[in-house]
Amino acid sequence: MSNAPAVTEGTALPAEPSAPRRFLRMLWADKFALAALLFLLLVVLMALLGPALLGDVAQKQNLRGRNAPPFEWARGWLWWMGADSLGRPLLARIIVAARNTVAIAAGAVLASALVGTTLGLVAGYASRRVGEAIMRLADVIMSFPSLLLAVIVLYVLGPSVTNVVLVLAITRIPVYLRTTRAEVLEIRERMFVSAARVMGASPRRIVLRHILPVVLPTLTTLATLDFAYVMLAESALSFLGIGIQPPDITWGLMIAQGKEHLTRAWWLSFWPGLAIILTTLSLNLLSNWMRIALDPTQRWRLEMRGRPDA
Amino acid sequence: MPDHLLEVRDLSVEFHTAGGVVKAVRGVSWHVDRGETLAILGESGSGKSVSTAAILDLIDMPPGRITSGEILFDGRDLLRLGAAARRDINGRRIAMIFQDPLSHLNPVYPVGWQIVETMTAHGLPGARARAEALRLVTRVGLPDPAGALRKYPHEFSGGQRQRLMIAMALAMKPDVLIADEPTTALDVTVQAEVLLLLKELQQETGMGVVIITHDLGVVAEIADRVVVMNAGEIVESGPAREVYHDPRHPYTRKLIGAAPGKGEMHPPLARAEPVLSVRNVRKAYGTFTALDGVSLDLMPGETLAVVGESGSGKSTLARVLLRLDEPDSGEALWKGRDLFRLSPAELFALRRDLQMVFQDPTQSLNPRMTVAQLISEAWAIHPRILPRDRWRARVAELLAQVGLRPEHANRYPHQFSGGQRQRIAIARALALEPELIICDEAVSALDVSVQAQVIDLLDRLRREMGIAFIFIAHDLPVVRDFADHVMVMQRGRVVEHGTVRQVFDSPREPYTRALLAAGLDPDPDVQAARRAALRTERRAAGA
Repeated sequence: MSNAPAVTEGTALPAEPSAPRRFLRMLWADKFALAALLFLLLVVLMALLGPALLGDVAQKQNLRGRNAPPFEWARGWLWWMGADSLGRPLLARIIVAARNTVAIAAGAVLASALVGTTLGLVAGYASRRVGEAIMRLADVIMSFPSLLLAVIVLYVLGPSVTNVVLVLAITRIPVYLRTTRAEVLEIRERMFVSAARVMGASPRRIVLRHILPVVLPTLTTLATLDFAYVMLAESALSFLGIGIQPPDITWGLMIAQGKEHLTRAWWLSFWPGLAIILTTLSLNLLSNWMRIALDPTQRWRLEMRGRPDA
Repeated sequence: MPDHLLEVRDLSVEFHTAGGVVKAVRGVSWHVDRGETLAILGESGSGKSVSTAAILDLIDMPPGRITSGEILFDGRDLLRLGAAARRDINGRRIAMIFQDPLSHLNPVYPVGWQIVETMTAHGLPGARARAEALRLVTRVGLPDPAGALRKYPHEFSGGQRQRLMIAMALAMKPDVLIADEPTTALDVTVQAEVLLLLKELQQETGMGVVIITHDLGVVAEIADRVVVMNAGEIVESGPAREVYHDPRHPYTRKLIGAAPGKGEMHPPLARAEPVLSVRNVRKAYGTFTALDGVSLDLMPGETLAVVGESGSGKSTLARVLLRLDEPDSGEALWKGRDLFRLSPAELFALRRDLQMVFQDPTQSLNPRMTVAQLISEAWAIHPRILPRDRWRARVAELLAQVGLRPEHANRYPHQFSGGQRQRIAIARALALEPELIICDEAVSALDVSVQAQVIDLLDRLRREMGIAFIFIAHDLPVVRDFADHVMVMQRGRVVEHGTVRQVFDSPREPYTRALLAAGLDPDPDVQAARRAALRTERRAAGA
């Protein structure tokens, strides 16, 4: 008997649309992810254009408007969120601060994720001895108080955006390293990895083509959570006076500066805090959407939404 | 209409899924009486488990929805009872055992505690429950019953765990026992023992048994009546003997025809120079000896079946031959070169010649790659085989060769059925144009009718392309129509090795005979005769 008639099922699926269209449609299906993406685009726009457009306004002191309360339309839209203790408009400052904040957070998260993941992949797939060596390195970083490390590095090298990124990146490496290694140890025993080995695939190919794509969703979720952590850690450094130095500003620094006025002028810390929360929340929503949209076995959850027969 | 112990009438259940509404079962009716065994026979996706899930209130709603029907038990419609009343019936009056006992036993409690808990949950005082647990564990035949109660689930073998599940299910002396594929995960010899135990317990207690299975052999061994399901509907029902000997529905006929072990056996091959000769391979994991001096010869184009139960070392043999695991000692000459002593570069070149098809295509195909990517990866790894611009055409060719369509190339593995996935895995192995393919339980995860198709496909590839196969299986009938030589393994050793005719018609070793005898014949009459023979044998031994 020929084998042809056995495979008629599964052939009746509709033709697949092109990739960009498909992703737009999936994005439209998840309105939260769409809103998150729009907000993140706004933040990026603020980071790119903010300092050029509002740099001067954000620095100009106005002692009559000290701690001016929010929602007073008489002063103009820049004062809508109120003003800080030196009478500088908060809205302008938040927009301008977006650049440093995003640069530090993105820089630190990307650097630590990149280094941590690479080391984790090596530690998980290479020989036992190499793996152990890398893990002990991670233990050293984790057991060393991160604040102490920051103080030493920033004291020796001097505070600057690059050095803050460097310090934050180093302290966050073990998070990615340990997660990646644990996942790799599990995935390398899966059958499709054995199948690739039987075909003669090189370790590099197995790690990059077969293992990494499976680990990636976990890592993106981790990275978005870390984004918030890094923003707040940066504000702690700024609070100690070894992070970003005024007149440079970041959202974290704004929160730190507002702390002493918290009982009298809550808006000083509230607005930058809200900016951090919304950014992190958007990143989380978007990464959640991405996890589903990039997984061929889960994609249907988005694609069936918004269809009339669902 | 006479009253039955448990009756399902006109049951329809639908599920809301990605592809819209799926009608899992449509208008299903069956019944079971006291002291009777009903088998629900069907392949995966036939809806055979759905009606029993409805009986035990195990259907999640939503996404599931019972659209019509009633389930009569004790004159009451279970579907109209409240949740508390259902719980009171579940476990106490209607009990269930599952395919995989390990996932249904809590790993952090001793099994004795878990058996006692089923009874105390239904109101039995603790002391009586403990005494009853001991009696049950003794009855289901576990060695050292008192000690067994204190052990944890992982300390038992698969067959012993299923006995524990049966003890637990019988704790409240249920009127109906539902068994969902109770022996599918077990070795054939263990399967026979568990089925025998179920039969004896049924005779003692007079309960009604509903057994859900895909295996005609299980039906033949244990069922009085059978209900055959396909695509959510009952296509045929009746006494097991009648259905087997006089199937009315074409689907039943197809299912019975697909049962392996009835075709022509291969004639013995002419002697030739072996392409692979393995000598004295040993491999131990810690103190466990997985391979204990295994030797074999394989001629070009030959199919060698390696048969053994779990723990016999047959999969280790495959992994060692492909250098997925390193052997402790021994040699394997492939065209005169020792596979175990190749440098990484030489091994890489040889990978082309030796390929493998794994047991479960769901796991052996990377879920994030399309079919085209999966197959063409072979050429990405070995670029000399095929230039990149010819990949698409060759993928289409290979897909056609294994009975799939070229337009399947852009789909992902999860969009295919189990049998289709295994075809993709075979196409991937063929992409390297190998001379030997090792199939590790390549069809045991598939439905019987699909099994037959995949074996047909492999047999055709062997004839057309002269590929040699090492075909690893736990089940003898599967290899009967397909193998040239059969090698039976037990505890890391080869206990019997011969042509397919020798092994099936005149087995020399007692273990081979036991394996052959334990394999269930799909014919109820054959099974009945075997049981009768066994009884006389026992009586003779007792006298």
